[in-house]
Amino acid sequence: MAFAWLPGALGDIARGAATTILLIAVTTLAGTFLSILGAAGRRNGPVLLKRAIGVYVEVVRNTPFLVQLFFIFFGLPSLGIRLDPVLAAMLAMTLNMAAYTIEIVGAGLDAVPGGQTEAALALGLRPRQVFIKIVLPQALKVIYPALTSQIVIMMLESAVVSQIAVRELTYEADMLQARTFRSFETYLVVTVVYLVLSMALRRLLVTGGRRVLGAGVS
Amino acid sequence: MIEFTFWDIVRNLLLAARWTVLLSLAAFVGGAVVGMVILFFRIAKNKWSRRIASGYIALFQGTPLLMQLFLMFFGLPMLGLRIEPWTAAVLGLTFFASAYLAEIWRSGVDALPLGQWDAGASLGLHYLQELRLIILPQAFSITRAPTVGFLVQLIKSTALTSIIGFEELVRTSNAINNATFEPFKVYGLVALIFFVMCFPLTQYARKLEQRAAAR
Repeated sequence: MAFAWLPGALGDIARGAATTILLIAVTTLAGTFLSILGAAGRRNGPVLLKRAIGVYVEVVRNTPFLVQLFFIFFGLPSLGIRLDPVLAAMLAMTLNMAAYTIEIVGAGLDAVPGGQTEAALALGLRPRQVFIKIVLPQALKVIYPALTSQIVIMMLESAVVSQIAVRELTYEADMLQARTFRSFETYLVVTVVYLVLSMALRRLLVTGGRRVLGAGVS
Repeated sequence: MIEFTFWDIVRNLLLAARWTVLLSLAAFVGGAVVGMVILFFRIAKNKWSRRIASGYIALFQGTPLLMQLFLMFFGLPMLGLRIEPWTAAVLGLTFFASAYLAEIWRSGVDALPLGQWDAGASLGLHYLQELRLIILPQAFSITRAPTVGFLVQLIKSTALTSIIGFEELVRTSNAINNATFEPFKVYGLVALIFFVMCFPLTQYARKLEQRAAAR
């Protein structure tokens, strides 16, 4: 093995890692928001909306992320919607993650006892206030560990967006190995970077969750 | 340019789907065998054996499958082994699956009351007999739902082997798309084929889960 190329490549690796972090940050925020809307809609919306969300969840969960990515990046332009690779990646990641987190958030909503809603309504809170102030915080606390795992999984899955030329970590690895001819070493180093990133992300989410939600995450 | 009718596209995709099915099966069987070995290490009494197994699981669950496939595809030739995309795909997915299956099954072992071990020991069974006759059958039966759920994940994961050049469903669809310029139709059909393979399993896993919850 030879690592003489490594010092010169650190900048590229760091830039790629930054893009990966950006992708997962946007996906986490947008995906969580979308999944709260989705889970609430699936429980309280009109029948047609409930059914549409159900179909969406099943379709996304039973097809590969790579195919969804290709569908969005190569397919949408034929409808006249041309997306920048980074935007396409963010859209695909967000839509993919939301399908999983809709189920997770939904399970959390179901876990909050109905008496909580009744008590809050009896106190004169409006239904929307009840959902945002009473039910949702309790639900998030319950599902926080599952949410954390899903976010980490999504970050690892983001490696495939290199296939539509988003310049994230895997893309930089591809460029590096083409330049250095040390493919095994390059992928080894980048794999270690991913491992460190995923452990750091998990740690960050666990500590953050404990501080903000008081959620008991191990 | 070659002309593709709709049925040409469908036929070619279905033919390619054979390889997706075959690869999924091979990886599931391989993953189950290797996963059993990891499980033995993970629940052994020896502290170092448990640590090694935990490290193995953390490594495969903490890095992207795509990187694991790249390392397999580019790493083995470095050891002097010429490797076909098929071999790299099967090996890569086998190791990936083994880590997840070992972890799923371990959760089953952990869920058993300690009394099960004690009862086995008091019957005079030695460690391996205890595992084979008492612990593992119960652990497998309570983790049936997540095991089927993982199979769905594994089938979807075969899509990534297209990137290291294995000629399965997605790689074939890329080639067809390049010839027809109909990404909506082609990738839509690919998604449909994957859905038809995965959805029954998802439903089955859900049923198993409900049955387990009712017990």
